[in-house]
Amino acid sequence: MKSSMQIFVNGKAMSLPAGVINVLALVEHMQLTGKRIAIERNGDIVPRSQFANVSLQSDDKLEIVGAVGGG
Amino acid sequence: MNDALVIAGKSYQSRLLVGTGKYKDFTQTRAAIDASGAEIVTVAIRRTNIGQNANEPSLLDYLPPSEFTYLPNTAGCYSAEDAVRTLRLARELLDDHRLVKLEVLGDPNTLYPNVTETIAAAKTLVKEGFDVMVYTSDDPIIAKQLEDIGCMAVMPLASLIGSGMGILNPWNLQIIIENAKIPVLVDAGVGCASDAAIAMELGCAGVLMNTAIAAARDPVLMASAMKKAVEAGRESFLAGRMAKKLYSASPSSPTTGMIG
Repeated sequence: MKSSMQIFVNGKAMSLPAGVINVLALVEHMQLTGKRIAIERNGDIVPRSQFANVSLQSDDKLEIVGAVGGG
Repeated sequence: MNDALVIAGKSYQSRLLVGTGKYKDFTQTRAAIDASGAEIVTVAIRRTNIGQNANEPSLLDYLPPSEFTYLPNTAGCYSAEDAVRTLRLARELLDDHRLVKLEVLGDPNTLYPNVTETIAAAKTLVKEGFDVMVYTSDDPIIAKQLEDIGCMAVMPLASLIGSGMGILNPWNLQIIIENAKIPVLVDAGVGCASDAAIAMELGCAGVLMNTAIAAARDPVLMASAMKKAVEAGRESFLAGRMAKKLYSASPSSPTTGMIG
């Protein structure tokens, strides 16, 4: 089996299973499917419609955010 | 009386805008916001918790974006770059949502705004098509500059965020309001209902608050009080107050027809 890739999600290192190769797979892997989230990869927004088309590379830095209470 | 608040081309019946932070739970958040009558609610954009229960309820379940106009904020941002990044994420998060609250802070102790970073962020956001409601100090020159950049509303502080100190410089607010062609809303510092009424009597287009409601002993009751105060203050402003004088030789009851 291919060695797993490491990326950073919300500042934390994460080792990905072999099949998780794009943003859509990552969202499924993190059980965030259907959740209202927004994702930034290496400083650029990844539009929801592009999740399946954006591949993950080793050492990618992702930010996954949602809306929370605030003033 | 049709007296709508118009921001970025959209009309709102309520002139009270509320935050959604610091409540005990989402049920109380919802109850307070219902009592406030607010149509525009601010939300913060934060990293999702990784590895936590994916099915735990979220703010959006209690305040569906179909029922409220969301105003994503940049609370906690200390640079123009972070604020712009946050709002780009918010726009994606909320399906190309354009109406945002920009705030760039300058100091973690006082939460005083950093106006130079705020101006830099406002320029970028307006260029990118955002409808910017901007939190700032009560400096009339800065307020005018933010208007000239193309912000949709300018929101000076009454006093510092979360302080509940009320309206400390009504004269500056009055100058800002007189100079502005866009809505001026007081954002931050309101502590109680009379503060909100005073802001509206000064001619503010609206008031934005969070802590004054959430940190009250009874947040839902305070939300109701704030709703009434904003409405009363607005009507008082529109009605035009009587002239002040030190004393008056004109009592309200007739001076003729006295007995004896």
